[in-house]
Amino acid sequence: MQDPILSVAHLSVDLGGRGILRDVSFDLHPGQLCALIGENGAGKTTLLRSLLGLTPHRAGQVWIEGVPVGQRRILVGYVPQKIVFDVDVPLRTRDLVQLGLDGHRLGLPLFSSGKKTMVDQALQMVGAEAFADQRVGELSGGQQQRAVIAHALVRQPRLLILDEPLANLDFRSANALVALLGTLARTQRIAMLVTAHDMNPLLPVMDRLIYLVGGQVATGSVEEVVQSEVLSKLYGYPVTVLRHGQRVLVLPDAAVEPSGVIAAGQVSSPEKAN
Amino acid sequence: MFSSFMLNTWIVATAIAFVAAFVGFFVVARRSAFAAHALPLGAFPGAAAANLLGIDPLIGLLVFVGMGVLLLRQLVRMGRRDVGTGLVLVLFLGVGALLLSMTSEYAPAVFSLLFGEVLGVSDADLLPILGICVLVVVGIVLYFRPLLLDSTFPDLAALQGIRASRMDLVFLTLLALVTATALPVVGAFLVFTLLVGPPAAAQALSGNPMRVLALSVIFAEGCIWSAIALSYWTNWPIGFFVGAIGAGLFTVARSYRHWNQRQRNFVTV
Repeated sequence: MQDPILSVAHLSVDLGGRGILRDVSFDLHPGQLCALIGENGAGKTTLLRSLLGLTPHRAGQVWIEGVPVGQRRILVGYVPQKIVFDVDVPLRTRDLVQLGLDGHRLGLPLFSSGKKTMVDQALQMVGAEAFADQRVGELSGGQQQRAVIAHALVRQPRLLILDEPLANLDFRSANALVALLGTLARTQRIAMLVTAHDMNPLLPVMDRLIYLVGGQVATGSVEEVVQSEVLSKLYGYPVTVLRHGQRVLVLPDAAVEPSGVIAAGQVSSPEKAN
Repeated sequence: MFSSFMLNTWIVATAIAFVAAFVGFFVVARRSAFAAHALPLGAFPGAAAANLLGIDPLIGLLVFVGMGVLLLRQLVRMGRRDVGTGLVLVLFLGVGALLLSMTSEYAPAVFSLLFGEVLGVSDADLLPILGICVLVVVGIVLYFRPLLLDSTFPDLAALQGIRASRMDLVFLTLLALVTATALPVVGAFLVFTLLVGPPAAAQALSGNPMRVLALSVIFAEGCIWSAIALSYWTNWPIGFFVGAIGAGLFTVARSYRHWNQRQRNFVTV
């Protein structure tokens, strides 16, 4: 098998003296699109931030193409969950994308045709040509997300990390984004790590799944993990996987009892519920 | 109006407007108008202190804005930027009141420090003021891209190794330098107008950063030149004109943008 793009070995992260991640290990290979699933507070964002080199780790290693994280940040692209631009911000979409290329450099953002070609390519990859010359503050939420993805892609990263990219998107935009991510993973051979509360829209394109629970990870291929029993155990909540032709749907079962009134002996385990 | 007596005024005013536009670009982009308001007002006791000690007011101002920046950063680090800024402002104003109560000639001095004294630029003042102006412009040009990315999206800037705390220090230092040079000439209140009015008007008109920078400079120069000319002819204080033209520019540019957006929305719907 090819060398992994991202290699995480025995990663442990503490925040404020509290252990958030314990002994986390996994690999990501070129072109793989991997979903990172976990409950609120499971440590998804902490894991992403330590992969980005923004949060220091207590133990373990993170390598990106064999280089310790933080030494070559240029290899990693990041699309944060909260994308907020001031309406007045003096920046067009193409300026934001170009800052992905040279934002850390000193001097004025002067015109260069070489850079313009790279910026245009990134804009084209995400389908943002139509609003390339509009202000980022005036774009819709979905357009702003594409602008930030182009900002990440312009550096030609080997790993793209997206934090809850499907939150706040309607069906059409969500499916368009999933299709875009699938295409980018295939054509550019970028490894992608995507967090999501709802994995359904990602199912058609994702080929691996990492589940984060109690600061530790379980990982597997989609075929292994997307099964009613496995997911129910991981979520600690009854889940049904429906298959209809090519389509797969993960569905949380209806609440067995109104959550507030479950009696002590009655708490449903996944097995019972199924 | 262009006599040798006024020549220094024109030179210094032109330089200050130019620098104010450069720094003002980021005052507006970083939503730091309150800091830009607090620093000049908090710095003017420095001039009073210099007066008391019989040293160059520019040195007194530099010392005070320097202390202002350090205190601001310290308080801001504890959270609540707005509260910290306000507290530093009032603390400095209190020190200013104390220092002014110790000098005998305070009434006209205070008035000119707050509202400006364009005719008071001597040949000896010229060189240090121009020197600091050049320094600030070089600083902004050097840090333009990291500051721009950090102002727009701190998370993405951090990913490129741009540290938010360092950018804050760079920005506040440049703001402090402009403040100290501009304050004796245009006054504490008007430094604020020059820093905020022209760049905010420019940002309403364009989204292209380089064009916004150029427009800010044009507006700031237009603002200060017409204010000096009008004040010369009418004998009214320059402060009135800078304040009025600054606010007027902003209002016209914002209205234009509003109107423009409505036209566009109407067409697309």
